[in-house]
Amino acid sequence: MNNEAVIQAGAAALHVAGDHGEAHHHKQSFITKYIFSQDHKTIGKQFLITGIIWAIIGGLMSVLFRLQLGYPDSSFPWLETVIGHWAKDGRITPEAYYSLTTIHGTVMIFFVLTGGLSGTFANFLIPLQIGARDMASPLMNMLSYWFFFTASVIMLCSFFVETGPFAGGWTAYPPLSALGDASPGSKTGMDLWLASLILFVVSQLLAGLNYISTVLNMRTKGMSMMRMPLSTWGVFLQAVLGVLSFPVLFSGFILLIFDRHFGTSFYLSDIYIQGVGALSHEGGNAILYQHLFWFLGHPEVYIVILPAMGIVSEVMSTSGRKPIFGYSAMVMSMFAIVILAFLVWAHHMFVTGLNPFLGSIFVLLTLLIAVPSAIKVFNWLTTLWRGNLRFTPGMLFAIGFVSVFISGGLTGIYTGNSAIDIHIHDTYFIIAHFHLVMGVAAFFGMFCGVYHWFPKMFGRHMNNTLGYVHFWITLVGAYLIFWPMHYEGLAGMPRRYYDYSGWESFKQFVELNRFISVCVIITFAAQFLFLFNFFHSIFKGRKLTVKNPWKSTALEWTTPINVGHGNWPGEIPEVHRWPYDYSKDGHDFIPQTVPVGEEDNPAYMDEEMIEEAKLKGEQV
Amino acid sequence: MTTVGISENKGRLHPHKFLLWVGMASIVMMFAGLTSAYVVKRTFSNWMEFGLPSVFWISTVVILVSSLTMHLALKNFKAHERKKYKTLITVTAVLGLLFAILQLYGFTQLHERGIQIFGIGSNASASFLGIIVGLHALHVIGGIIALLIIFFRAYGTKVKRYDKTPIEIVAIYWHFVDILWIYLFLFFSFT
Repeated sequence: MNNEAVIQAGAAALHVAGDHGEAHHHKQSFITKYIFSQDHKTIGKQFLITGIIWAIIGGLMSVLFRLQLGYPDSSFPWLETVIGHWAKDGRITPEAYYSLTTIHGTVMIFFVLTGGLSGTFANFLIPLQIGARDMASPLMNMLSYWFFFTASVIMLCSFFVETGPFAGGWTAYPPLSALGDASPGSKTGMDLWLASLILFVVSQLLAGLNYISTVLNMRTKGMSMMRMPLSTWGVFLQAVLGVLSFPVLFSGFILLIFDRHFGTSFYLSDIYIQGVGALSHEGGNAILYQHLFWFLGHPEVYIVILPAMGIVSEVMSTSGRKPIFGYSAMVMSMFAIVILAFLVWAHHMFVTGLNPFLGSIFVLLTLLIAVPSAIKVFNWLTTLWRGNLRFTPGMLFAIGFVSVFISGGLTGIYTGNSAIDIHIHDTYFIIAHFHLVMGVAAFFGMFCGVYHWFPKMFGRHMNNTLGYVHFWITLVGAYLIFWPMHYEGLAGMPRRYYDYSGWESFKQFVELNRFISVCVIITFAAQFLFLFNFFHSIFKGRKLTVKNPWKSTALEWTTPINVGHGNWPGEIPEVHRWPYDYSKDGHDFIPQTVPVGEEDNPAYMDEEMIEEAKLKGEQV
Repeated sequence: MTTVGISENKGRLHPHKFLLWVGMASIVMMFAGLTSAYVVKRTFSNWMEFGLPSVFWISTVVILVSSLTMHLALKNFKAHERKKYKTLITVTAVLGLLFAILQLYGFTQLHERGIQIFGIGSNASASFLGIIVGLHALHVIGGIIALLIIFFRAYGTKVKRYDKTPIEIVAIYWHFVDILWIYLFLFFSFT
């Protein structure tokens, strides 16, 4: 490149940066840098921190309702001191119990595993991994976070209204959600729940539009779709799912609002309610809401798990020092999951009087989704096979992900069969299934991603020892919590019961439930190891000395240690190969930026590669 | 190594234009959800059949004409015919507003026929019409706001900037709300 070309390239770089937030050449105030930031990396961190705060709140709720389930006849006077009238005489009230389970589900699924997981990694990784300076619209990106934040605040506010937060289950089925008089939480609590979720949907749409447009439109030269890291594929496809399914939930919510406040009869009918009398509505049917809800509700499972799948694949290949096995199959299976995700919603409705023939079609489609899922599991296992594994905390969580995904996924074969589902529907079997396959697995994906990309996010390392302890307690804890629940569910113990001890047939589970509750408390407490590690390492962690500590081939590790707004200070690197060239042609790794055939050219080596070549005695 | 960004994305859609296309897909899904709910609901008991107000035919013609004026506005902008462009953009915005007013008038016609859209005594078929048409009207109003923005920009800018992307984006969106209305109109007429 001659001097003139260099100047032109530099000018072009500044021009592009000017579109999307100036690479290191404009001053930002504290507010524009950390609060109303349009830098995708900062927005990713904002999603992460907000997600962590909600995970603590959501986790704490589960500890509280597990106290009730573990000790249904006991009184804990200190509880009343801590949560006031929610625990009258030291025992959580039924209203509070149902609010806790409802809000736990809502915040864990939407605010932690959707906002916290996909919001964090989609924002942080997409532009860095595809070679873009920022998202297609940084302003919309910023707005997506602030809609998310406002939604969280509104949800939090519902705790402080006199009648309490919504208590009708995270799915908000009518009539509990449509009738203000159904329960205390069905009044203002439900309105706030709806307002919060509508803002959340807007946030997800703004974010999803950006992710899709950025991936399809703003890839650097040479970055074809089939050269994208699987983590970007994961967040890209979850965005596709999100922008196509969230609007349907939105339309369901609109009808619900009209039923609640404008006297329409979409979901409500002239049912008779004790103490209220017959409703003045006519011809409504709550099943309609279920169709609209689950059209989002089921893809939501994949909205949560696809980013985790991508993250895990990325970390597994990098820490296993092996090319990912079956890259194309991995991508295609994710595509298949996206398509099938839209065709299986009615398996949540096998017990609603669904036509058995229609039910059998949904059984078939549901079981079909096991095929791409199994392909992914096979490919993860073969990626690990005979690899030169480095057991970083991120890698452990990646392996842990595969383990819980298999455990939870296998029970999906039971729940997907209508004949078996009729027996286990609304029992603890279902709770165990979905908590393992999408709750714990998605959390493992999140932890995996945080441990892996923490150095890129904050320029420091997390403490590995704390990471290992955190992993083992969490893995063992998760199994001890959810495995016994399968047994309870098969034995018929229903979910959502405040006090099951009154039934002779369920009394046998008191001891088992106590054991589960103790495990919940220990596992929840272990998460403070992660919290300490995370926040302590941001300020006091070991500083990064090299920009590519994991010796990764992906593009994000070619940016400086402390990445500015605009990502690359000069030109955006060109891509010449796929992202998984590990242990190839005598090289430990070959970055995507190295042209094919130029593996030994010092011009393309970064400091770590030069160091390695010198150690081998090669002349560089 | 070369630098690649928006300015060098030859052959690719402008990212903002792409954002719009994905956004429109999302809006389509919302209306698909609502209209599929309509199809499911109409098989339930007490479904009320009624004809669409006649003014909806006029509003359909109005939005079709507005799409044509929008197309001509963009064409004139590209041909640097600034004066014609301004006139056509103004006509499009006025027609858009007229469309929204006519839709509102349609609902007053329904009210006069004794068909209640909301409240106790309403029927889900009329409520669906109210919500779906109302949501479409909100999207049209969004389009009118976008039209007004580019309209004032056309009058307010001293230096002539012939960046056609914002106008193209508004034009695509305007044609989209037009097509969406045609779909809804046919849907309500024939289901």
